[in-house]
Amino acid sequence: MSASTAVPGNARIIPCLDVDAGRVVKGINFVDLADAGDPVELASRYDQQGADEVVFLDITASSDRRETTVDLVHRTAEEVFIPFTIGGGIRTVDDARRLLRAGADKVSVNTAAVNRPELVAEIADEFGSQCVVASIDVRRSGVALSGGKPSMDVRRTGGGAFPFEVYTHGGRAPTGIDAVEYAIRITELGAGEILLTSMDRDGTRDGFDLELTRTIVEAVSVPVIASGGVGTLDHLVEGVLEGRADAVLAASVFHFGEHTVAEAKDYMAAAGIPVRPASA
Amino acid sequence: MSKPLIAVLDYGIGNLRSAQKSLDRMGADARLTADAGLIAEAAGVVLPGVGAFGPCMAALRHAGLDEQARIAAADGRPFLGICIGLQLLYEGSEEAPGVAGLGILPGTVRLLSGNVKRPQMQWNRLEVRTPSPLLEGLEDAWVYFVHSFAAPMAGNVAAVCDYGGPVAAAIADDNVWATQFHPEKSARPGLRLLENFVNCARAAADA
Repeated sequence: MSASTAVPGNARIIPCLDVDAGRVVKGINFVDLADAGDPVELASRYDQQGADEVVFLDITASSDRRETTVDLVHRTAEEVFIPFTIGGGIRTVDDARRLLRAGADKVSVNTAAVNRPELVAEIADEFGSQCVVASIDVRRSGVALSGGKPSMDVRRTGGGAFPFEVYTHGGRAPTGIDAVEYAIRITELGAGEILLTSMDRDGTRDGFDLELTRTIVEAVSVPVIASGGVGTLDHLVEGVLEGRADAVLAASVFHFGEHTVAEAKDYMAAAGIPVRPASA
Repeated sequence: MSKPLIAVLDYGIGNLRSAQKSLDRMGADARLTADAGLIAEAAGVVLPGVGAFGPCMAALRHAGLDEQARIAAADGRPFLGICIGLQLLYEGSEEAPGVAGLGILPGTVRLLSGNVKRPQMQWNRLEVRTPSPLLEGLEDAWVYFVHSFAAPMAGNVAAVCDYGGPVAAAIADDNVWATQFHPEKSARPGLRLLENFVNCARAAADA
């Protein structure tokens, strides 16, 4: 059975909290940052609003990051009763073990897995695939999709002979790696889920890169979380119906109170998407 | 109200802390432990878990907790398996051919069938088939699942979810209860289930 023909499940809505030194920030294209509060309080609020999961992306650069991150995970495990994922700076199985033992349900790996994909296999072998999320940051390379031109403006960046290129370092560093091949390889190694971010769209509020999302969804058999570009509730709907994502991730649209998660769920349900009701 | 001692079996795998903290929240004195004395003293025993059948069963044996789990299930105390902790209760699993499970419940755990993605990684709605103290208040509740394998459909399946057909979601077999979903990750309904379990443990301890 190919995953692309599988009956769609119940879509998940996942608020993402960018965390720096224990405080929530949201980067506009990961450059301009604005403080939006305590991560545990925010995550707990999203739990109460009916969020299906929460993702923390730790962008702390300081040397004491390990302690602040483990402390954040500890506190979250005491206050939040939905699954949560922590990502950012996880380089070794030891890093993953510390966070999982502290109470995280999943760890997401990005740059370290691009550099050494076996890291995913090592974590999956010890803790199971279900707790390893491969976070993949992608930009369009400028190469047309097979069967036609890309339907959006493209930029010439990495210059590989494929339409979607993996980037690292918050979307600044091209790798020359085909995102589709990478997604297949990393799931074969044991990633249980893919968190797919369009760095072209991240922070733009123009909506997901739907072609990118659908391309990856059709290439792998594990769930795909679409990320990057949500500015309206319609974008969430498109991510599921057109991008065929299993879950949709958003940040600023929720953080600044434009919409609650409950509103997003009602909107998606009205569009015919099966979701867990916010009141459940 | 007394806080019943709940032993959460600690066999060194992923996130066990969430189960402990959630039980504490719902009125228990929950301890992550591999200590036979403490487990013997507990009013209720929880076998939590995430991960694969083979490595989890090996870790359980390595910690000497396979025997402790069998003893606790056999002596009639409230016992709760969660996720892989449910699957470990059976005789074996298609996930790890040749690896013996705890054999507390009969049958083999099998791969989810049908035209569905594996794992089921989503919230899904419970359909309670057999009322049980554990499932009180959970009729039609939405709970969080992450699994690729499932328990055999037998008379002890107390609740199902629909995932390409009915899938065993909760087991009630005398004092042995188990959930395929993660109650500690299932928001209010999950906490309600854990509260039900803590209440059963308290009642058993006071009896």
